[in-house]
Formats: sequence, structure tokens, C-alpha cells
Amino acid sequence: MKKWLTICHKDDILPNMGRCALITAQDQQRQVAIFNIVDRQGNEQFYAIDNFCPFSKTNTLSRGITGDINGQLVVASPLYKQHFNLKTGQCIEDNTVAVNTYSVRCDNEHILIAINKSAEEQSNDH
Amino acid sequence: MSTKIKLVVIGNGPVGHKFLEELVATGKHNAYQITVFGEEPLPAYDRVQLTRWFETRQAQTLNLVKDNFYQKNNITLYSNEKIIQIDRAQQVVISNSGKQLPYDKLILATGSYPFVPPVKGHDRENIFVYRTIADLEKITAAAQQSKIGTVIGGGLLGLEAAKALKDLGLKTHVVEFAPRLMAVQIDDGGGKMLRKKIENLGVCVHTQKNTQSITAGETTTHQMNFADGEILATDIIVFSAGIRPRDELARQAALAIGERGGVVINNHCLTSDNNIYAIGEVALWDNKIFGLIAPGNAMAQAAVDHLTQSGTREFKGADMSTKLKLMGVDVASIGDAHGNSPNARSYTYVNDREEIYKKIVVSHDDKHLLGAVLIGDAAEYGSLLQFMLNKMTLPSEPESLILPQLEGSSAGIGVDALPDSAQICSCMNVTKADVVQAVQAGATDMATIKSATKAATGCGGCSALVTQVLNNELEKQGISVNTDLCEHFAYTRQALYHLIRIEKIKDFTTLMSKHGSGLGCDICKATAASIFASCWNEHILNKPLHALQDTNDYYMGNMQKDGTYSVVPRVAGGEITPEKLIVLGQVAKKYNLYTKITGGQRVDLFGARSEQLPDIWQELVAAGFETGHAYGKSLRTVKSCVGSTWCRYGVQDSMAMAILLENRYKGLRSPHKLKMAVSGCTRECAEAQSKDVGVIATEKGWNLYVCGNGGMKPRHADLFASDLDDVTLIKYIDRLFMFYIRTADRLQRTSVWLDNMEGGLSYLKSVIVEDKLGIANELEQEMTQVIASYQCEWKTTIEDPEKLKRFTHFVNSQQSDDNIRFIQEREQIRPKPLQEITIIEVN
Repeated sequence: MKKWLTICHKDDILPNMGRCALITAQDQQRQVAIFNIVDRQGNEQFYAIDNFCPFSKTNTLSRGITGDINGQLVVASPLYKQHFNLKTGQCIEDNTVAVNTYSVRCDNEHILIAINKSAEEQSNDH
Repeated sequence: MSTKIKLVVIGNGPVGHKFLEELVATGKHNAYQITVFGEEPLPAYDRVQLTRWFETRQAQTLNLVKDNFYQKNNITLYSNEKIIQIDRAQQVVISNSGKQLPYDKLILATGSYPFVPPVKGHDRENIFVYRTIADLEKITAAAQQSKIGTVIGGGLLGLEAAKALKDLGLKTHVVEFAPRLMAVQIDDGGGKMLRKKIENLGVCVHTQKNTQSITAGETTTHQMNFADGEILATDIIVFSAGIRPRDELARQAALAIGERGGVVINNHCLTSDNNIYAIGEVALWDNKIFGLIAPGNAMAQAAVDHLTQSGTREFKGADMSTKLKLMGVDVASIGDAHGNSPNARSYTYVNDREEIYKKIVVSHDDKHLLGAVLIGDAAEYGSLLQFMLNKMTLPSEPESLILPQLEGSSAGIGVDALPDSAQICSCMNVTKADVVQAVQAGATDMATIKSATKAATGCGGCSALVTQVLNNELEKQGISVNTDLCEHFAYTRQALYHLIRIEKIKDFTTLMSKHGSGLGCDICKATAASIFASCWNEHILNKPLHALQDTNDYYMGNMQKDGTYSVVPRVAGGEITPEKLIVLGQVAKKYNLYTKITGGQRVDLFGARSEQLPDIWQELVAAGFETGHAYGKSLRTVKSCVGSTWCRYGVQDSMAMAILLENRYKGLRSPHKLKMAVSGCTRECAEAQSKDVGVIATEKGWNLYVCGNGGMKPRHADLFASDLDDVTLIKYIDRLFMFYIRTADRLQRTSVWLDNMEGGLSYLKSVIVEDKLGIANELEQEMTQVIASYQCEWKTTIEDPEKLKRFTHFVNSQQSDDNIRFIQEREQIRPKPLQEITIIEVN
């Protein structure tokens, strides 16, 4: 079961940039990189993946440059420049490596991220 | 008792040294007990480049002996020790200090001496020759008390000497017996053009002058009296009237000697004694003395092959074609320059406006090239030489080879037609096959070709031809070298720069919609950001430019391995007040930053979290610091020494110049980082020759060095111009930087940029100094704009709350990244290693 967490105003994530959000889910803190990608027609679309870069072992993916490689939307890791697919989390250069992705939506000009509910929350639902 | 063969080499000049290098290269040198005698106090140095001594006035510049060559290979060298006798009966040589050394095999590499005609008064003071470093030192010392200098002899070396005198600040004359300059190598028409060009440079040329005596002058040291009754007043005289072989030892030992001197040799360089070889300028082959380095080297190779029986190379004469730059004037002579061959035809092109003279001499049927003279523009030298050496069939209208290229006509030689054996680079003896092989092994650019084959690393005259062979071979192999920036732009960086500049494009969306496809990537976005900054110099965090910046530019700090940033304030020229130094210490202490002194003479503060950067810079800016651009592909620092302000050796104020240059170019963004240095004297404590732009003080001004590099592939900077005044120095650097920014590839340092430049250093000089492309004004204006629009990026940022918002680690929390952790080491912080290594004690 998922629930949506409100993160920030959509203007806090500038066009074609990423920002890092702190998410607490199931008592664990996670860092999620949220990206605002603008297509050539000017439409905004938000994506979310782990902020943790598995190569450099740092929380830096939100600071990478975004773009597309062979039609895949990507962010380049700022330290060693591997590319991660924003939709799937897959690393382009190394197919054995992937990061987590998160559902994200823009609602009433706010950015929301879906996280799994804790066991307690799930039981409260019933 | 040693069973080694006793090998003695008499003479430690370039050819004698080449012999030893070739011997060691065979790997058989350990079979010999090698002893070398040199009469000069210094080990072998590059006499061909003798004039370069003036650049630094240090013998080290010319040194040919690398990496302890003699010691490493068990070669005994006696410098400053002259052999005065060869006893062939006893097989012993005897030196001036009384040393007696037996030999089994002997190499005569005694070279030649400058001929001084027995003119009355030739032994007066302040009369010199031009052959050794000692000669140059004497000329330099005498020039300090002199106003006028005269060279007797208008040949190749004479003109070199004239340049030296002129550079020493003397009013310079050249006196030549023949009716023209370089009478041996070039014809009348070429001689006239050369004379005109050299006179334009301020050197007086006197031809058909027969010096009869040298007497005391009225107001000068000497007066030269010519046969036609004219006189010339001068303080210094340099004789450059040809060379004579140093064959006195061979004469006394009764070896076969030519009628007009020289030790007779065969194709193996053996003299009339089977245990004695002669190589270089002392040797006489087919009744000819060869006064050039390439034949000398070829003789050294032939002698080594015969001595060690490790090869079959023989000396079979040499082509005496030559191309050089005399006082900045291109001069080339190929084969039968005078058209002496029977029934030869010649074609001439004279252009008085550009002061260019070109002539080719061809066979009576127009089929083959016999010779050529090129003055003022020697671009065709490489291809013409190939036509002659390989007896290639000329195009039906051979004059097209020297006529200016009109649109639609094909340029130069078809390299495909060259045989594999064609020697492309004569300095390094590189054939077409060598270049082709390098391409087949994977080389796709000039820089790789140069390091793989050494082609075009000598005089550089062949670089255009090497490029043609390279491109031809790549084409043949179906390798199309894709120079597109990335999948989003089918342009090189250079092309993109022009589009942005000319169409005044200032943002990525416009650039993309006009010239690109897709959304872009980390390559094209960062490149575009750099070009926008070079052209328009807007603040890099201005919307929407900010989205193009690499993290280092975005956070205006250098991201380290743990995701923290380092902070480097500008310390122009490395000069800092105690007050400011204290501020750096206070800031580092307050924010617990690791502190280190950089190679660029400033202080680096490591371990700052992104959210700390604004506070840190608030304090630094308040104390008067500016950003140091250590994070940018931009000017980093201008390293310097204290120069004449403190140092007893300094000859110019290198501190003031370094600070001026750093403040002038700070913030300039470029294809890659730029480093500079200024040294206050020739001791070069600022290491300027390892920088993109290096400046070294001289007594008269500044020497400018360009395109040096330290790092992974060190490259010594090339001397670009000498004795510049402040204004000219800055003008050249302005132009050079802007030309680099305009034409370099992405992330291409100036060293590789120059190595890949067709025409190399001389082309670069023609663009920057002579303004060959007519863009100098434009380049200067562009630089002026960049300088005028400078701002401290950090100062502007901390004044703008909108920009500051982006520095927090989380968009939804004020917390810090808990993954950043430090440990203590040597009383400072460092990132906590990902896996702690446990050291197990061994008892």
C-alpha cells in the first residue's frame, strides 16, 4: 500500500534540474532525487530516483546534469558521469547497476511522492 | 684484462653523440669499452639550434645528453680534453693533458671550424665566429659595449648570426661577397626577395663586397675597408664565411685527405684505415663535405651498422634540400635551385605585395621536378620535395604547384601517389609507411601520430604533409572521424562556438531549437554553458543558464569524492596579506575545513557541505576575497616568483605582472582550464614553461611561452615571442586566449590544441603576431568585453536570495546529509573511508 507525501512547491524544482528530498518511510530516512524535465514542447514532467549514487557512494545524483541519451531520459552522476535512466533507474553504462525509482506527481502545484505505508499505517487503514 | 673492444670517439658534437645513441640502440654497446673525448667543456649540445641559446642564455636548453646517458651505458666521457695525436702504428690516441689511450676502433667526429679569411686585421679584438656556446657568450658580452654589429657572410648561418646581433639590440649589417644572399641555395630572384624582406626587418645588406682589411674605426671599434673603396663602421664583426673540416689529426696520421680537405670515407664511413671511421662535417664522401645535420646522422648510422655488423645501412650521399625560417622569413631550397640541369625549364611566381617568390625547375618535358626556391611562403616545400625525391610525374601544368590556390583547384600533392618509402619527416626519418602503420594501429589525430612516430616533432615543416597522409589513410580505411560534439549536435565545438557568437544565441533552448535535436546531455549542456560564458559572460547561475552547469560550476566549488566541496579564494599571483591569511585560517577553523596549500600558490579549504558554502563565502567576501574559479574550465592562477622586488637575480617585476595578468583574465571561461605563470628571471622559479601561458622576464622585457602543460602528458611550452614590452605581451595573450577559445575542442588543453594545429607554432604565430587571418582586432575586442563584464560570481550569489535557496541539501528539510562523515588525521578532517582498513599487527 502506498501513500503520497507532499514534498515541496513545484517551483522549488527548477526546469531540467534536480533537487533532493528527505523522505521518512517505515521509520527509515531516504534521500530521493526529484527531477523536473521539460520536453521540447515545453511540458514539464517530474521523475524521482534514489539520490544515492552506487558508484561514488555519495548522495549526489540530484546535482547531475539531465538530458537524454538514445531517447532515454537520464541524469549524469556529477562525480564519475555514469548515466541513470530517470524512468527505470537503470544505469546506462553498466546494466548490472540500477537505482530505485519512485512514483511522483504534481498536484495543485505541489510535488508528491508515493511511499510504502508502514505496517502500523496499513493496519490503521482497516 | 677486459676482452672488450676498445672504442674511442674523438669529438662530442651532435654527430658524435648520435653515433653513441645509435650504438646503444643496437644493444651491442656492452661489447665495447667506450671512451669519448670532447674539446669543449660541455657534453654534446645541439649546435643546429645554437641560436636558441639566446632564449635562456643557459646551455641546458641545448643539451643533447638525456638521463645520464653516458653513465648509464658505461661510456667514459672526457670533456675539455683535446686529442692532439693519433698514433696509428701503436693504435693509441694522445690528449693535450698527456693521456694515452689504446684503441681497437676509432671514430673521428671532429666536425668543422668556421673559416676566417686571412683579411688584414681579422685578429683584432671583438671579432668572433658563430659555432659554439662559448662564441655566443663572447658575442653577448661584447654587445653590451657596442652599438653596431656586422656579419661577414650572407649564407644560412650568417643570417642566423645577424638575427642574434639584432636581437642583442645592435644596428646590424650583413656583408656578402657574392651578388646575393644565400648564394648557394637560392637563385637571383629569390635572393632579391629575401634581401627585401630582411632589409624590411631593419638589417642592412651589402652584397658584392670584398673585405680587404679591418682597421680601427673613428667612432667605432672597427672600420671595414672594401675593395671598391667603400667603408663600413662597426663595433663587432662575426665571421660566417663557410666551414672547413677539422682534419688536422687525420692529416698528421696520414689518412687519405681530399684535395681541399676532409677525411675521405666510403659508404660505410670507413677511412683509408680499416680501424678508423669518420662521420659528420670532417668526412669527405664523393668529394663532398656535408654541412647539415641529417647527412651527419645518416653517416653515424652507417658507421654503427658497419662496426657492429648489426645492419646494412650505408651512406650514399644526401639530399641537401632545406627549409628554414630566417628572421621569421620562410626560405626553402630544393635540389637544382639554380636550374643548372641541361634543358631544364623553370616557372616563377612573384608577388610583390605579399613579398613571395616561388620558382620550380622541371625537366625539359615538364615531367619531373628538379629543383625549387621558395621565399616568404614555403607551404609547398613538403609536397615539392616528395615530387623530386620520388621522381613522381608532375601534373600537366606544373606551374599549378606554386600558383596561389584558386577556388576549385586541387591543393598540392596527392599523397596517395607517394610510395610507402617516401620520407615524410626528414628530421626524424619517418616514412609514409610509418605514418600509415600508426594509423592502422589506431591513431586518428596528429597528437597521437606525433607521439607514435615522432613525425613533425623536429622542425615541424612536414606537419601539413603528415596530416594529409593521416586523413588519406583514415579515409581509405573507411574511418570517418566523427567530430560531432554529441548525439544532440552534429557540430564540432568550434562550429557551435561560431553559431552562438554570430547568431548571438544566449540560451540553450534557442540553441537547441535552431541547431540541435533531443534534450541535450551533460556534454553539450556544459559545453554550451562554457561557450555562452566565453561570449557573453553572464552570471552562470542566472536562469536558465544555471541548469547547464556541471556541479562544480553550479556550486562554485570543487566536488570531492564524498560529495563535499572545496573552497579556493583567489590569491592573485600568490600574494596575500597577513590579515587575509588570518581570515582564511579563521574561516577554516570555524567551519572545520581541511586546509592545504595548492600548487597554484593559494589555499584550498576542503570538506564544505553545499549548505555551508554561502555562509563561508559571506565571510570571505566580507574580508575582501573573490572567487578563485578553481572549479571552472577557466583561468586558474598566475603563479609567480617575487622577481625584482625582492630577489637579487630578478630583472623584472614579475609579481606586479602576475597580479595584473591574473586580474585581467580572472573569470575567463575556456574549453579547458588555463594556467599561467610569470618568472622574474631566466632561473624560472615560477615554472612558467609548464603552463598554458608562461612569461619569463628578460633584461629587455618579457619572453612569452605558450601551450605548455604539466600533468599526465607534460609538454614544455614553446617560445612564442621575445623581449616584449608590457603592452605587446598582453595584446598577444588576449589574442591567443580568444583564438584558443574560438578554435579548440571541448576539454582540449592548449598543449594538445597546438599539437593538432595544422602548421603548428609557426601558423599560430602568423595568426597572433602577423594577423594572417585579419581577426586580431576582433579577438582583442572580444577579450575586452569579457574583461569589462567580470563579476565575482560568489559576491553576486550571496546578494541574491533566489540563488541562495538552491544550496540546501534537501528541498524539504534543513538537515544535513548524514552520509558525509569525517575522521581526524594529522590534526585535520578527512572523509571517512568507505571500508575501514584494519591493520593487523605482525609480531
